[in-house]
Amino acid sequence: MTMIAEQGAPAPAAARTPLLAVRGVKTYYGNIIALKGVDIDVHRGEIVTLIGANGAGKSTLMMTIFGKPQAREGSIVYDGRDITRMPTHEIARLGIAQSPEGRRVFPRMSVYENLQMGASVNNLAWFDEDLEKVCTIFPRLRERLQQRAGTLSGGEQQMLAIARALMSRPDLLLLDEPSLGLAPLIVRQIFEVIREVNAREGMTVFLVEQNAYHALKLAHRGYVMVNGLITMSGTGRELLADPQVKAAYLEGGHH
Amino acid sequence: MEVLVQQLINGVTLGAVYGLIAIGYTMVFGIIGMVNFAHGDVFMISAFIALIVFLAVTALAGLSGGVVFLALLAALIVSMVITSLYAWTIERIAYRKLRGSFRLAPLISAIGMSILLMNYVQVAQGSRNKPIPPVMRDTIPLFEQNGFVVAVSYKQVLIIAVTALLLGLFWYVVQKTPLGRAQRACEQDQKMAALLGINVDRTISITFVIGAALAAVAGTMFLTYYGVVVFSDGFVPGVKAFTAAVLGGIGSLPGAVLGGLLIGLIETLWSAYFSIDYKDVAAFSILAVVLVFMPQGLLGKPEVEKV
Repeated sequence: MTMIAEQGAPAPAAARTPLLAVRGVKTYYGNIIALKGVDIDVHRGEIVTLIGANGAGKSTLMMTIFGKPQAREGSIVYDGRDITRMPTHEIARLGIAQSPEGRRVFPRMSVYENLQMGASVNNLAWFDEDLEKVCTIFPRLRERLQQRAGTLSGGEQQMLAIARALMSRPDLLLLDEPSLGLAPLIVRQIFEVIREVNAREGMTVFLVEQNAYHALKLAHRGYVMVNGLITMSGTGRELLADPQVKAAYLEGGHH
Repeated sequence: MEVLVQQLINGVTLGAVYGLIAIGYTMVFGIIGMVNFAHGDVFMISAFIALIVFLAVTALAGLSGGVVFLALLAALIVSMVITSLYAWTIERIAYRKLRGSFRLAPLISAIGMSILLMNYVQVAQGSRNKPIPPVMRDTIPLFEQNGFVVAVSYKQVLIIAVTALLLGLFWYVVQKTPLGRAQRACEQDQKMAALLGINVDRTISITFVIGAALAAVAGTMFLTYYGVVVFSDGFVPGVKAFTAAVLGGIGSLPGAVLGGLLIGLIETLWSAYFSIDYKDVAAFSILAVVLVFMPQGLLGKPEVEKV
């Protein structure tokens, strides 16, 4: 467990160059500051989670990584390349995929077409193979391939949003609240999928969650965000055991 | 009966032209939520480009049957290309910067573009009707009744065939190709499309280009059909095509085609049976009536989305 003040001290992970390095990022909506100088590292092969209350700025960080909105100060470096001012669609072509807040499936496209959209960064090169893969992960999607995505249930839309992100074969997968509003059984299933793609394919995952208990249990490392600032970081286990984290994010029961 | 059949043929021809223009309105509205008031004038410009190319080719090579056909083909292709460039430029200079601004801004800019284009053509081409020599005057008689010969002209066959062919091609592009998918994705959620690697600005540009290319087909047909074009010809067909798009359900591609056909048919049937002076009133009244009962238009669907 490191408090934020000690973050300058060399942690074991600092020896490697992170896959994603967020440094001093400040993001504004108009004149309102949403991120007040955020530092986050995500290393290759890790599952990193960001927890925090509603409105802390977690989703803003996810979108800032993709340049929508762009950070006003600070830098975001992905795989050695500065992407702070890069257009969103070019960032997507570097091997980062996101399942964003609110799922954002294309409602008037079929499930199949949504998945095609996910694979469009690599021009559907491995589409059939990857379609088979995501349908094995989420059998529900296979049954609904020709259905319009807008008519799916919330849980199915979440599965589709994750599957769509997987279709691009990303090196880094950003997941924004994959458990939001879902039944406990489906939440468990989705967290299991995250664990699997990480373990089996070495996919790096950066996960934003309100469901702190599940997220911290799953993640190698975690960060806590309060009001646009990172206030704590540590391994998942450390944060789970921390009294402050417990009081703020884990009380009130978990599944 | 014989008048009815004849007017149906004429109405479908006119409707094909309206439908082609209406697609441009409906696609642009679908993707950026803006009524491109300059689209009618882009259509008018395309007819002028076709006119110039046609006159140039026939001046050089004469007016024999084969040459006329080739001249029309050349007019069509050149007009599609140059008109597309016009639309691409208009989007770049007059609309793109205003995206994300308040809703009326691009609309006002579009009205400005419309006035600009109309006056530019008036200055460059004069304010009189510009004719082409009469071409393809032959007709195919279908049947005769009560001394009235029902006939379809070669022009009409050409217009309907080319329109049907292009609509098929266009439908395929929108439904089955990566470009069409990207377009529909941008229509539904631009931010998400960008997250998936789609260049949204480029997709919007292409939408303008496709809309203009189809308008250029309509413009070339219009010129062939009526034989004349004048600088103000963008206005009434433009408003009719916009009406067609709204009638069919703005944002809906089949709706635009259906709306175009309906407006064309209403106009010609009204002209035949009632007063030709009131044909526009008829078309717009039907629009008003439909919108009272079906505010979404005929084929526009309210969105079904679960959250």
